[in-house]
Amino acid sequence: MVTDKDVSYVADLAHLELTEDERVRMLKDLNSILGYIDRLNELDTANVEPMAQVASRPPRRGGETSGTEGYAYAMRADEPRPSLPHEEAMRNAPVSDGVFFKVPKVIER
Amino acid sequence: MNIDLLTVDSARTAVLEKQTTATALVDAFYKKIDTEDAAIGAYLTLCKERAYQQAARVDALADKGDALPPLAGVPIAVKDVFATNGVRTTAGSKILANFISPYNATVVARLEAAGAIILGKTNCDEFAMGSSNENSGFHPVHNPRDRSRVPGGSSGGSAAVVAAGTAVASIGSDTGGSIRQPAAFCGVVGLKPTYGRVSRYGLIAFASSLDHVGPFGKSVKDTALMLQYMAGREPLDSTSADVPVPNYLDQIEKPVRGLRIGVPEEYFGEGLDPEVRSAIEAGIQELAKAGCEIVPISLPNTKYAIPTYYVVATAEASSNLARYDGVRYGVRATDGKTLAEMYRRTRDAGFGAEVKRRIMLGTYVLSAGYYDAYYLKAQRVRRLLASDFDQAFAKVDAIVTPTTPTPAFKLGEKTDDPLAMYLADIFTVTANLAGIPGISIPCGKSKEGLPIGMQILGKYFDEPMVLRVGHVVEHALAGTVEG
Repeated sequence: MVTDKDVSYVADLAHLELTEDERVRMLKDLNSILGYIDRLNELDTANVEPMAQVASRPPRRGGETSGTEGYAYAMRADEPRPSLPHEEAMRNAPVSDGVFFKVPKVIER
Repeated sequence: MNIDLLTVDSARTAVLEKQTTATALVDAFYKKIDTEDAAIGAYLTLCKERAYQQAARVDALADKGDALPPLAGVPIAVKDVFATNGVRTTAGSKILANFISPYNATVVARLEAAGAIILGKTNCDEFAMGSSNENSGFHPVHNPRDRSRVPGGSSGGSAAVVAAGTAVASIGSDTGGSIRQPAAFCGVVGLKPTYGRVSRYGLIAFASSLDHVGPFGKSVKDTALMLQYMAGREPLDSTSADVPVPNYLDQIEKPVRGLRIGVPEEYFGEGLDPEVRSAIEAGIQELAKAGCEIVPISLPNTKYAIPTYYVVATAEASSNLARYDGVRYGVRATDGKTLAEMYRRTRDAGFGAEVKRRIMLGTYVLSAGYYDAYYLKAQRVRRLLASDFDQAFAKVDAIVTPTTPTPAFKLGEKTDDPLAMYLADIFTVTANLAGIPGISIPCGKSKEGLPIGMQILGKYFDEPMVLRVGHVVEHALAGTVEG
């Protein structure tokens, strides 16, 4: 199912640099797990809506709640509020000039 | 004062009635941690300065004779996935080994506002991925009941401290069973509330639609007391539910006569350890004796829960863990010549094997050409699993199952076979997929003296029912944790 090429492609997407040993192990593990996951195809879900998350329906506070209906939507008033101060945000920076996070060059020539 | 016998209630009472001070309690717990935690490995970071400051605040109130907040003086521990302002917060991962959180998770803030004293951050599987605490980036946790065995995971540390008496209560997170399973293995109570009952703000995310925050305690009552001050709508978590918080203690003591208890056949099939089976059946007998009606039910899609979970959870994790790139926080690999190299090397060095495996799996199932076949498919099966519960709860008030198929396994026993490890969660993942509340309570022991856990599941926001049923079984079996 999963090939060596797939492992390289996916590692690329996931920004992971796997060692040779990791690559071999990963191929075996992914195939084993995906083989197990294949059993989902035993189920006919043609008429079933995907359920992305539990909290997907608006609330009815004080009214009848059943199933997933007790959840509030995220919307709040569009008003600015204080956020994490700059100094706090930089506290854990591995490399910085005090203002910006510094990283190796982004654009290669 | 024997601190091993303290409960959430008795700790606060002891301070209120001046039998001791909060500072003396903190002294006693750190002394115990000092002598006993090395062999268990439950703590990653101790917050001594913070703990003594909080204790001083509580003692000042007690001295003045002022009213004490509801959890005043109660020494607790917090799983290292919760942001704790000014304190190292690692999520059990080397990639955050040096990260000092600039803010508090909502539950941390709420528990401290209620007077609780945070002794330290507990060890866990890396980014909450695991069922044995063997995936910690630092060191494993040993089960206090049998040190050659795992405490369970991913909240192994939080379960272990309550079992060992190196905290009175603790908090953890549960994405596929990570509170309930270690509670069962360690012989303590662990509750996964309904999705949205407790704010996830400040919980380092693993799988956002499956992550839940919940308490561990020595008893159902202690767990209920913790939940009381953790629960409630909180605008910083957009999935936080706008549902009123009842008084949980009032609900616990209500009689259970006439309640219908569902027993699903799919959770009692082959693969269930015979000693676990008889322990849970004995627990169910107690409910029958208390006047409950035992109703056989079926949750037909149960066998698809693990594959569904490992598609959904890993997909969400691959997205949530994309932020760990060495740019803004955490460790950074310094030998990358380009940005892309820096990302790759940072992540490869910082993440452990299980995390990498799950990121790879999640990325694969979301990638072009596979998204429909895996991720969308899993989301459809998720709806089927949730509707199994909807249909069952039309007929019963609560569902009782074993929490795990076996008692705690030995350290190293399942580390070579990821799939075998995943199957340890077989009875717990369903409640995460559906979002319903579930508790694990101690329900007997194996012949070797290993704790066995009974799981009680309830309807959305029906924590009172789950606590009530648990309380009855606990008292019938006199199964509260020994000190």
